[in-house]
Amino acid sequence: MLTYILTILTFGGIYALLALGLNLMWGMAGMANLGILGYYAIGGYASALVTIHFGLPVVVGMLIGTVVAGALGAATCVGIVKLRDDYLAIATLGFAQVLALIAQNEIWLTNGTDGIGQIPRLAGSLHGEAFNIVYLAVCVVILAVTFLGMEVLRRSPFGRVLRAIREDQMVAATAGKHVFSFQMKALAVGGAVMGLAGAVYAHYIGFISPEIFQPQLLIYVFLALILGGKGNNWGAVAGAFFVVFIVEGTRFVGGLIPGLSAVQIGAIRQLIIGVGFIVVVQNWPRGVFPEPLKKYRQPDDLLPENSGAKE
Amino acid sequence: MEILTQIPQLVVNGLMSGAILAVPAIAFSLIFAVLQISNFSVASHVAIGAYAAFVANTVFGLPAAVAVIAAFAVSGAIGVVSDHIALRPLRGQGPLTVAITSLALNMVLENIVRFSFGNDVRGLDIPIYRDWIFGTVHIAPQQFFNFLIAAVVTAALFCLLAFTSIGRAMRAVADNPKLADIKGINPEQIARLAIFIGMGLAGVGGVLVALQSGIEPTIGFRVILSVFAAAVLGGLGNIPGAVAGALVIGVAEELSLLALPDAYRSAVGFVAIIVALLFFPRGILGKR
Repeated sequence: MLTYILTILTFGGIYALLALGLNLMWGMAGMANLGILGYYAIGGYASALVTIHFGLPVVVGMLIGTVVAGALGAATCVGIVKLRDDYLAIATLGFAQVLALIAQNEIWLTNGTDGIGQIPRLAGSLHGEAFNIVYLAVCVVILAVTFLGMEVLRRSPFGRVLRAIREDQMVAATAGKHVFSFQMKALAVGGAVMGLAGAVYAHYIGFISPEIFQPQLLIYVFLALILGGKGNNWGAVAGAFFVVFIVEGTRFVGGLIPGLSAVQIGAIRQLIIGVGFIVVVQNWPRGVFPEPLKKYRQPDDLLPENSGAKE
Repeated sequence: MEILTQIPQLVVNGLMSGAILAVPAIAFSLIFAVLQISNFSVASHVAIGAYAAFVANTVFGLPAAVAVIAAFAVSGAIGVVSDHIALRPLRGQGPLTVAITSLALNMVLENIVRFSFGNDVRGLDIPIYRDWIFGTVHIAPQQFFNFLIAAVVTAALFCLLAFTSIGRAMRAVADNPKLADIKGINPEQIARLAIFIGMGLAGVGGVLVALQSGIEPTIGFRVILSVFAAAVLGGLGNIPGAVAGALVIGVAEELSLLALPDAYRSAVGFVAIIVALLFFPRGILGKR
C-alpha cells in the first residue's frame, strides 16, 4: 500500500511537470498546443536510448531528453506557431500523431509497439520501497526546481511579454516585441519541461512504448491546468496532483459494481474523467486558483465620468 | 515502369477513399462555418454512426442502405444532445475552450461506445462481389457503392444549402450571425440544425469507413487526422473546399504508398495541413 501511495505521488509529480510546461505554452503564452505528448514521449525515448546504448548515467540521459524535447519545441514553432487558434490546435494534434506513428514504426530505433524495456533506473541498486522513496524525493526536487524556474519566468519581463502576446499579438508587436522569438522560447522551454517529465517517467517505470501517446493523458494534463487555474503555476501543480488522485480513485469504482469486464471498468474510468472535465470547465472556467492578475488603474481620461464631462 | 502502371489504380483508390473522407470533413467544416468552433467530437460521432449501422444491420437485419439512414439519425441526435449539455454553455468562453472541451466530450462518447460494445472488431453484414476490371484498374463494387453513397450525401447537402430556405438561413448565419438575427433567423435553431446535420454526416462517414474496414471504438480516431486535414486544406468552414480537400488527401495518401510504407499514410494528412497552411492559409479554394 505504501508503494502504491508513493507511486501515485511520483505520477503526481510527473503530471505536475507536464502541467507546468503546458502552463508556460498555453496559460502564459496563449498557444493551445495539443501536441504536448510529443515532447513528453521524445524526452522519455531520448533519455532511455542514450542510457541504454551509450551507457550514460541516468542524470545525463534526463538532461539529454530535456534538451532534445526543448529542441523539438523550438522546431514546432516553424510553420505552426503563426496559425490562428483552431488551426494551431489541429496542426499540433496532427504533429503528435505523426510522432506516435514514428514511435510505432521505426522499429530499429524505438522497438515499435513492443517498446523499450530494461531502461536503467535511477538508484537502480535499491529495490521496493527504498527505491520508491528515493525516486519520489528526486521527483520532488526536480519539480521544486522547475516550479521555481517557472515562477521566476512568470514574474520576469519575459513572462510579462508572453502574457501581452497572449492577450493581443498585434499590441505586443507594436510595442517592439519580436512575437515569434518569444513564442519559440516559450515552446522550447515548455517542451523541455515536458521532455524532462517523460525522462522521469521512463527511468521510473523502466519501460517506454507508443502507449505513452494515449489520448486520455492529453485530457488529464489539460484538465489539471484548467482545474488548477490557467496561468498560475501553483494551480498547475495542485491541479496535477488532484487529477492523479481522481484518476487513481476511479480505479476502485470498478469494484463497486459487480459483473463488469475489465474493458468496461476502463471505459467507466475515462468516462468519469471526461465528464469531470466538462463539469469543471462549465463551473470553474478560471480554475480553483485563478491566475493572479494585477489590477491596473485606468488612465483618467478613459474613466466614464470624465469622458462624459468633456463633451 | 511498373510504378507508372500503378498510378491509375492508386488515383482511383484515392478518389474513392477521398469521397468517404469528404463526408465527415464536410461535417467538421459545416459546424465550423455556422458555429465558428472546431468540434473534435466528430471523431466519436463517426464511431457512433458506425455502431448504429452495425446494430441496425446485424441486430434488426436491415440492409446497409437503411442502416445509413439509422446512422445519420442516431449520431445526429446524439450530436445535438451532447452539444446542448456539454458545449453550448461554454460558447461565451471562446472557441478554443469549446474546442478543447470537445476533446473531453469525444473521450466521454467514445467510452460510452466502448462500454456498450467492448473493444472487439465488428463488421457489417454485406454481400461480397467480384471486382470490376477496366483495363489495368480494379474497382471493388463495394468501394464504388461507398463512393456513390458519399456522392449522393454530398449532393443532397449542397442542394439543401443552395436551394432551400433553411440552407439560405444557414449560410446567412455562417456569414454574419448578428445580421441573420436581425433578419429574424434564430441563430440558436440554425446552430442546432447545423450540428444535427453535421454530426449525422459524421455518422454516415462512420458507416462508409466501417464498410471498408472493421468497426471498433477508435474507428473515428483512426481517420480523424485525414478528416481534419481535408477540412483545413479546403479552408475551415468552406464546404466545397472540404470536398476538394478530401479528394486531394485521398489521392495523396494513396500515392504516398509509392514512396512510403503503408503505416505512414495518415502522416500525409499532417504534411498536407502544414503545406496548406504555409502556402494557402485560406484553403485551396481560398476565399473569405
